[in-house]
Amino acid sequence: MSIDWHNYDAGCFFDELISSPGHARLPARRLVSHLGRLDSDEIQMRREMAQATIEQMGVTFTVYTEEGNIDRAWPFDIIPRIISAKQWATLDLGLKQRLKALNFFIDDVYHDQNIVKDGIFPAHILTDSKNFRPECQGVSPPFGVWANICGTDLVRDDSGKFYVLEDNLRVPSGVAYMLENRSITKRVLPELFENDRILPINEYPSKLFDTLAALSPRKIKKPEIVVLTPGIYNSAYFEHAFLAQQMGVELVEGRDLQVSDDDKVYMRTIAGLEQVDVIYRRIDDMFLDPECFDKNSVLGVPGLMRAWRAGNVALANAPGAGVADDKVVYAFVPQMIEYYLNEAPIIDNVKTWLCFEPDQRAYVLDNLESLVVKPANESGGYGMLIGPHSTKRQRNNFIRLIKANPRNYIAQPTLNLSVSPTLIDGADLEPRHLDLRPFILQADDIYVTTGGLTRVAMERGSLVVNSSQGGGSKDTWIVDTEVRR
Amino acid sequence: MLSTVAERMYWLARYLERVENTARLVGVYHKLLLDLPNGVDITWYNLIILNSAESTFNERYKNRDERNVLKFMLFDEQSGSTLSAAKMLRENVRTSRDVLASEVWECVNELYLYIRDNTQQGLLRRPRYEFIDGIIKSCQQLNGLLSDTTNHDDGWQFIKLGKNLERADMTTRILDAGVSLLLPSSDDIGVNLHQVVWGHVLRSLSADLSYRRTVRTRIGGAEVISFLLEDEFFPRTLRYCHNRIVESVYKLPRQKAVLAQLEAMGPFEFNAASDDEIDQRFRDHINELQIQFAGLHQCFYDNWFAIGQA
Repeated sequence: MSIDWHNYDAGCFFDELISSPGHARLPARRLVSHLGRLDSDEIQMRREMAQATIEQMGVTFTVYTEEGNIDRAWPFDIIPRIISAKQWATLDLGLKQRLKALNFFIDDVYHDQNIVKDGIFPAHILTDSKNFRPECQGVSPPFGVWANICGTDLVRDDSGKFYVLEDNLRVPSGVAYMLENRSITKRVLPELFENDRILPINEYPSKLFDTLAALSPRKIKKPEIVVLTPGIYNSAYFEHAFLAQQMGVELVEGRDLQVSDDDKVYMRTIAGLEQVDVIYRRIDDMFLDPECFDKNSVLGVPGLMRAWRAGNVALANAPGAGVADDKVVYAFVPQMIEYYLNEAPIIDNVKTWLCFEPDQRAYVLDNLESLVVKPANESGGYGMLIGPHSTKRQRNNFIRLIKANPRNYIAQPTLNLSVSPTLIDGADLEPRHLDLRPFILQADDIYVTTGGLTRVAMERGSLVVNSSQGGGSKDTWIVDTEVRR
Repeated sequence: MLSTVAERMYWLARYLERVENTARLVGVYHKLLLDLPNGVDITWYNLIILNSAESTFNERYKNRDERNVLKFMLFDEQSGSTLSAAKMLRENVRTSRDVLASEVWECVNELYLYIRDNTQQGLLRRPRYEFIDGIIKSCQQLNGLLSDTTNHDDGWQFIKLGKNLERADMTTRILDAGVSLLLPSSDDIGVNLHQVVWGHVLRSLSADLSYRRTVRTRIGGAEVISFLLEDEFFPRTLRYCHNRIVESVYKLPRQKAVLAQLEAMGPFEFNAASDDEIDQRFRDHINELQIQFAGLHQCFYDNWFAIGQA
């Protein structure tokens, strides 16, 4: 028994690899015919190999449970998701355009707020924003860039068109898994890398290093760069360690750092105290500095905001960058692109209704059954209402929530997210919904990963791709079909 | 180098050494008990006494039999078993992945899984030797990997500090193990118990060949003790470990206080004219040396790991 592609049917959804039963899309042709030649024992063997590789490489993420924190092996499907290089080139431009506009916006709201004065962006959204930090007003980070590292979630609808679902500008995670997924696939399906032109992705750590180094306040040859992690119990700890190792920089926790009376940041070393220039912080704003934000934070460093405001240390992302990581602000990104760049958006937003606008709210309340309602400032897929799968009681609850705090809610149509063939049992393939998170870096230069992290909802019919809620992942191939070797 | 990273390097080396030496200790008993005639009153429980783990053991187990002692020494989740040491080793490597080669992590992970998933191999007599040997080999592989893939910078010196300190401590424990077997000895059991025991002590430290070439005499308690305490060349003796620690400390910043403490250590020698003089006095001597090495650990901690902490 082997895979019978004629039996695989994605139904009404857009499939990433297959155009109609038995027919592969151009960039996926080699993969599909190759998989079709493997018998089910061989496929099972490759799967087991991937699993063993994951265990051996120790690719884990941490799940919080009542019994304590557990390291789970990274759930991985060996069949990659494929996008053509030509299509990717457009997305690459669109993602850069978007981050540039977002950074102009953040810099503007912490300075003159021209976008508000010009009537494009309503002032009250800022005053009610959970992530607007008055402490950051007037600060000018290097190159006017606040979000140096951004993870933007892309989805496709049933026609295959790409949309931006959200921009993660606080501490986006997943890039290490993107890199590890590729290492696993190279071990498991090496023969495909010989023939297909799969664009490499491994330059990310050095690009990240360059981005961070460019931010150093001291113009010295070897600025001291550190990755600041909340510690081993954080769900993304694996990634923090991975990135520090790949960049060859120190991985520190708050207790390794101190801010001295000269408003400079130092780390404790066996030789004494050493000055730190750039901190890639993987801690939320609120925990960064107990002097400034959450007084009880033990993860942060007292005085860090003082040192940052004095320009003695660079923080990436800059505190306050999360102001744009708000689903209400998201709705204004197309206007920002026009306002700051004088360009038309290359990648569209998903249609979004803002509940603080009376007309739009009325529409949302009337159509809850067909919409997805999201709170403005949650991440990880928490606190949502998925209309078509909801009960009357849940909808009534959301009616109350929306009416009580309309600013905090937006609604979007329920998307028919695209699917891709995923191994379920033995050699059985079934379509599973997925999204894509590319990572964009900006400092003096701007860079987009080649592809990104593909997250898959492993349950049949499920739209929830978050790893904390049972999602898995796939390697993402950008395949150049125009170059023949 | 960050103080916390230095501390983790130090501890990972200690735990690695502990996994290996605990496995060796169990290995000695395993082989020794096969060599002894029936009726000799040497029990597996001695291993628990040696590790000063009586109270922890008794809290958890009623029977002091082979199976329980082995469970405790090899697989206990909390005590100083090979599994718990491997777990701590793994935790220290996991949190130091930014400074260690990825192969080190993979290898540590494999070692941990190997111990965790082969409980029966350790508890049953027939596959036990192979199981223990597997642990020791993995540890040696890791030592090689660490040596050949990490920078020989400050971090490496901390790895050596941890390794040599733990090793010195373990050598004292294995010596103690030997003596504990002999003290209540009865002389009429038909075999030369002394020779059997000291032979196993040497073999458990892979020191038998080196001993023969260096000491060039039959295996006797006084000679073995003197060799394992004082030999300058065999890498598990107290003298050797102490010398390596001194060397490493010289290469590290701010080492004055530590050097002073190192100089004040000793003497390592124990003078016994014959095997009969290896008695409580020797055990007190060993105990004193263990206390000195514990003091050295505290000195490392104060000097390098607790920087800037009030």
